[in-house]
Amino acid sequence: MSIISQVIFTVILGIFVFFIAKRVNFIRLNIALGRPQKVVGNKRQRWKNVLLIALGQKKMFKKPVPAVLHLLIYVGFVLINIEVLEIILDGVLGSHRIFTSLLSDFYAPLISFFEILAIGVIFSCVLFLLRRNVIQVARFQKPEMKGWASLDGNLILVIEIILMGAILSMNATDQLLQGMGNAAYPLTGSFLVSSWLMPIFDGYLPSTLVIIERMAWWFHIVGIFGFALYVTYSKHLHIFMAFPNTYFSKLTPKGAMEPMPEITSEVKMMLGIPVEGETTPPLEGFKFGARDVSDLSRKNLMDAYTCTECGRCTAECPANLTGKKLSPRKIMMDTRDRMEEIGKSRSDAKVHDEKFLLGGFISKEEINACTSCNACVEACPVLINPLDIILQLRRYEAMEASGSPASWNAMFQNVETNAAPWKFSPQDRFNWSEELKNDK
Amino acid sequence: MDIKIPTVAALAVEGKVPEILFWVGCAGSFDERYKNVTKAFVKILNKVGVDFAVLGPEETCTGDPARRAGNDFLFQMQAMANIQVLNGYGIKTIVTACPHCFNTLKNEYPELGGNYQVVHHSTYLQQLIDEGKVIQKGAKTAFKGRKITFHDSCYLGRANNIYEAPRKVLEALDAELVEMKRCKTKGLCCGAGGGQMFKDAEKGNKEVNIERTEEALETQADTIAVACPFCMTMMSDGVKNKEKEGSVQVQDLAELIAESEGL
Repeated sequence: MSIISQVIFTVILGIFVFFIAKRVNFIRLNIALGRPQKVVGNKRQRWKNVLLIALGQKKMFKKPVPAVLHLLIYVGFVLINIEVLEIILDGVLGSHRIFTSLLSDFYAPLISFFEILAIGVIFSCVLFLLRRNVIQVARFQKPEMKGWASLDGNLILVIEIILMGAILSMNATDQLLQGMGNAAYPLTGSFLVSSWLMPIFDGYLPSTLVIIERMAWWFHIVGIFGFALYVTYSKHLHIFMAFPNTYFSKLTPKGAMEPMPEITSEVKMMLGIPVEGETTPPLEGFKFGARDVSDLSRKNLMDAYTCTECGRCTAECPANLTGKKLSPRKIMMDTRDRMEEIGKSRSDAKVHDEKFLLGGFISKEEINACTSCNACVEACPVLINPLDIILQLRRYEAMEASGSPASWNAMFQNVETNAAPWKFSPQDRFNWSEELKNDK
Repeated sequence: MDIKIPTVAALAVEGKVPEILFWVGCAGSFDERYKNVTKAFVKILNKVGVDFAVLGPEETCTGDPARRAGNDFLFQMQAMANIQVLNGYGIKTIVTACPHCFNTLKNEYPELGGNYQVVHHSTYLQQLIDEGKVIQKGAKTAFKGRKITFHDSCYLGRANNIYEAPRKVLEALDAELVEMKRCKTKGLCCGAGGGQMFKDAEKGNKEVNIERTEEALETQADTIAVACPFCMTMMSDGVKNKEKEGSVQVQDLAELIAESEGL
């Protein structure tokens, strides 16, 4: 390979690294908008979650059919990337299939194995496209999936199919060129899948084959760089975020709401209970609950970047199932969209002061419809918690904005004055005991 | 049977602390239907001869509905006041028939200084059965040949991973336990959690409890067993809405046990 192509390749690689680093930093800063959180509890359990749930995809298998298809893409993606390492080395060093000499007899079986995985990826992507567009699985047809969200999902599948096609074409033409004794193409032995594709390219002039092989090579590697960059703008970011996200997810029972220690001292003073020991003073800019992404926790924001919009949460949500506006998936999408909006204009005060997550993206009607049943939390394969965001927004409505529904305000009043959420006299609380004694 | 319902305050006068505090909850105290569950559970406690007491008029809302609706001030006020009472009496173990009270007492009181062993009545009933104190193993009960389906309460199931205890209780009744399509971790909410009990539903095309009731009726069960006061209300309303109240009953676990024990 000429030195020119080495230089071009290295420049492309450099540009790719630059843009990816820029984008990663952008996302990092967006997540850092959130409140810092202490990571407490068992590290062992956290790593176990990463291994079982992110790496092992345990929760995916609640739905076996998509789980198997997804596993094919996942395994293909992770393992075929070993070949990308070879391609990058070849590109920079000007070598061709640098691993051939390194692995000698193992090279062809390894590439053949990757090719089988590539077929698995293509198979799954085609079926996923059918599920989205022909069978029209209900959870992909919800209102929040119109436009970009739907296009994003389809684009990813199509790009994956094209990239796999490029690998196979590259390997097929490579083998033809090997057979012609082209010195630039050292003998590797036959590849299991692409050798079946050789007839397609048979009959071309050797010079044409070199062009096809090189084009497929460049297309594949530049395509992978482009795809990796695209992923950081897309819902597909779950392939990386699933790992930190499962590590940082809460370990307490699902029923336990996020504590609010910032107000505890005040409550104690109101009740005349002495405040002793360590208190948690409110942070600067502290609000009761969340109005915007900056009031949410960093884990909430990480959740939003982790969401791949599969909609298992929404498909299980009792409110959504009965036609209410609430969709847990939309809560996560809105949170991410709002972060992106703020991130793009960090210095623009208008974006910060005139629009908020609550009201600007998520309506009261949505958050009020939640039954806090945890079905969405249970359904998420990567431990995202939409419920926590909903409850933080409700806190803002109740404690900062006096915006709770009138019947909830009445309930609050009952709890305060009658010590029960209904309007019963506290004196009647123990009446049941007399009724029971008089029963007999 | 002479029913005894001691209060913690009365025991304290004698210098005693009950082994178990039965936390009745607001629904168990005021709701006409759920008072029956409270009574059934107290009958069982009496029969078994457990050293228990109730707070009676000293009990107040745990603060759960206020917290879920976003008013954490009110929640913490309620919680702190209750913790003062509970700690003042030296309460160690609490049993309650309400999953919402259970969840709050167990998971949300510790951070405010209230540390107790909290047990839901489904788990407690299972223990009594295991110990042979109610329903002897292999005993013929009035439920033989009946079909029961169990509706998981979200705050028992997903919130606290209690799926087996209520089912074990039902199995002890020797009835046929049939599961709904959505059960255990996938159980569908009755529609009342998260403060929904205290307001009208948002605009939609169906009520959640109707969706759930239809699913329960599909099992052809003659009894829908519940373990939560809100589920009780929602499922009973659902059955009434479907005009099935003549053939399908909604009953709590404690009521079923009390019935089979002839209490």
